[in-house]
Amino acid sequence: MAIPFSYSLRNLWTRRLTTVLTASGMALVVFVFAATLMLAEGLRKTLVETGSYDNVVIIRKSSNSEVQSGVDRAQASIIESQPEVARGSDGRLLLAKELVVLINIPKRESNKPANVVIRGIAPASLLLRPQVRLSEGRMPRPGSAEVIAGKSIARRFKGGGIGETLRFGMRDWTVVGIFDAGTTGFSSEIWGDVDQLMQAFRRPVYSSVSFKLQDVTAFDQFKQRVEGDPRLTVEAKRETRYYEDQSEAMAKFLRIMGITLTVIFSLGAVIGAMITMYAAVANRVVEIGTLRALGFQKMSILAAFVMESLLLGLLGGVVGLFGASFMQLITISTMNWQTFSELAFSFTLTLDILWKSLLFSVGMGFVGGVLPAFRAARMNIVEALRAS
Amino acid sequence: MGMGNGNPPIVEIVNLSKSYRRGSQTIPVLEDITFDIADGEFLALMGPSGSGKSTLLNLIAGIDKADEGTIRVGGVDITSLSDKELAAWRAANVGFIFQFYNLMPVLTAFENVELPLLLTGLSRSERREHVALALQVVGLSDRVDHYPAQLSGGQQQRVAIARAVVSDPAILVADEPTGDLDRVSAGEILQLMDRLVREFGKTIIMVTHDPRAAEKARIIRHLEKGILTDIDGQPASPVAGS
Repeated sequence: MAIPFSYSLRNLWTRRLTTVLTASGMALVVFVFAATLMLAEGLRKTLVETGSYDNVVIIRKSSNSEVQSGVDRAQASIIESQPEVARGSDGRLLLAKELVVLINIPKRESNKPANVVIRGIAPASLLLRPQVRLSEGRMPRPGSAEVIAGKSIARRFKGGGIGETLRFGMRDWTVVGIFDAGTTGFSSEIWGDVDQLMQAFRRPVYSSVSFKLQDVTAFDQFKQRVEGDPRLTVEAKRETRYYEDQSEAMAKFLRIMGITLTVIFSLGAVIGAMITMYAAVANRVVEIGTLRALGFQKMSILAAFVMESLLLGLLGGVVGLFGASFMQLITISTMNWQTFSELAFSFTLTLDILWKSLLFSVGMGFVGGVLPAFRAARMNIVEALRAS
Repeated sequence: MGMGNGNPPIVEIVNLSKSYRRGSQTIPVLEDITFDIADGEFLALMGPSGSGKSTLLNLIAGIDKADEGTIRVGGVDITSLSDKELAAWRAANVGFIFQFYNLMPVLTAFENVELPLLLTGLSRSERREHVALALQVVGLSDRVDHYPAQLSGGQQQRVAIARAVVSDPAILVADEPTGDLDRVSAGEILQLMDRLVREFGKTIIMVTHDPRAAEKARIIRHLEKGILTDIDGQPASPVAGS
């Protein structure tokens, strides 16, 4: 049988100051680790939730995003006539030919301009995106210089609030409504009538065509046919896939940066834990000798000290995660380099991040504790007992 | 020859030698020791510092390795056991009493006494019974939940003795058990050890400097520069009957 668990636990409690200091070092590292994963997850979630699985986005081949894409009217009409496009209850096609343009408008707080997506929408646009809901005001009247703004835009950009006006495309546009798109990327967009916007920006082509599939499983067959059609130079993606691709580079960058940073930081924390555990072993040489004399095997001593270090790591992990969980209250807004537009998202804590962080912290405890534990286990009994 | 009580020997030591290496020098500590300790004996090992008495005690207790010779305890040749086997053997056969008690400061008196029982197959309730009995024998039934720091030196040594006897080992080894105690406490500890021999039939091997402690023992053996001598200072005959 092993040395009781309470022996390890109470030794940590006995030297609580050292325990707290060492665990704090680990907690900081876990905090950074969890926070960067939460950031990457928040970004991913925001962009992925923007899309629906049964919607298809069509953009020009090889263009990574709607901003770089162009689909001319003739091609848009061919897509419109495909049999996979679903129809609404009123018999009209659930298909929207949209325009996406970037403009820059100043922020409310800093007065610094930032890129914002302007989306020219069709009547079906709202039907395709049930997560988007008008929360204030009304929809823009077709043929008028009216727009609606996402709630992030309304809050953070000058002229984005209801009743205010925005100037772009050499015209003034009145904000007549605010829409709420939850945590999705649409919340950082401004929507107006596609025909008005195409005129204002002198764009002869659409940016993308989106539609709902009549049969969710028909996507592959549709994609194959459309992409092989010599009249078309387009690429079809499921909307979820499309937005996931958009977040990929940035989420990857955040994850790599975060993991690199935390690995470097963790070296410090591991060394801290190692010093603490070496000191713990040095202070308890006689106890170790006594336990060995009483008949406890080397493995039991090893296990007791490794356990102590694991508990230290776990404590750091729990504290670090507790701290990181408060980051969920913070919303970050940054440039998405793939779309060159402003995007607002929150730190998101998931179960996956939770256990990864705990595993990471316990891992730090293990690495820090294993060498001191070996020293404790290999001690000569007679010499250890004589250390008193 | 150490068979003062006429019982068969429980410890049989034959041609035991041990030396330490310091740099390139080899320092002999024990030279060709041969003697027996009878079952139920209370033996005191005396001698000046560096005479090898603690080394001899450690060898009998199975926490040190001999260079030459054999030690049989209860019929088992412990010099032939591996480290792992030796640890298991100690758990079952040896009780330790140290000069500075060597209790775990983070464990209560009860938990300290329970430690050796964790190496047995006893159930939780059986362990509780054994610990309670051991603490009762040493007269500390009312100090079960106290931590070592909350006990006096004499009380701590009594907890240590309870720990030494709780798994009912055949031999108890004591290294200066009264060395850190005042006169009164030392007297109580010696009385207790005497009782363990008389009432419970334990064999005690005790290293001591204290003549009063040695007085309690029934046999005193002297070590001088690694050689066992009788009380009168004459070298003991190497083998019984020679």
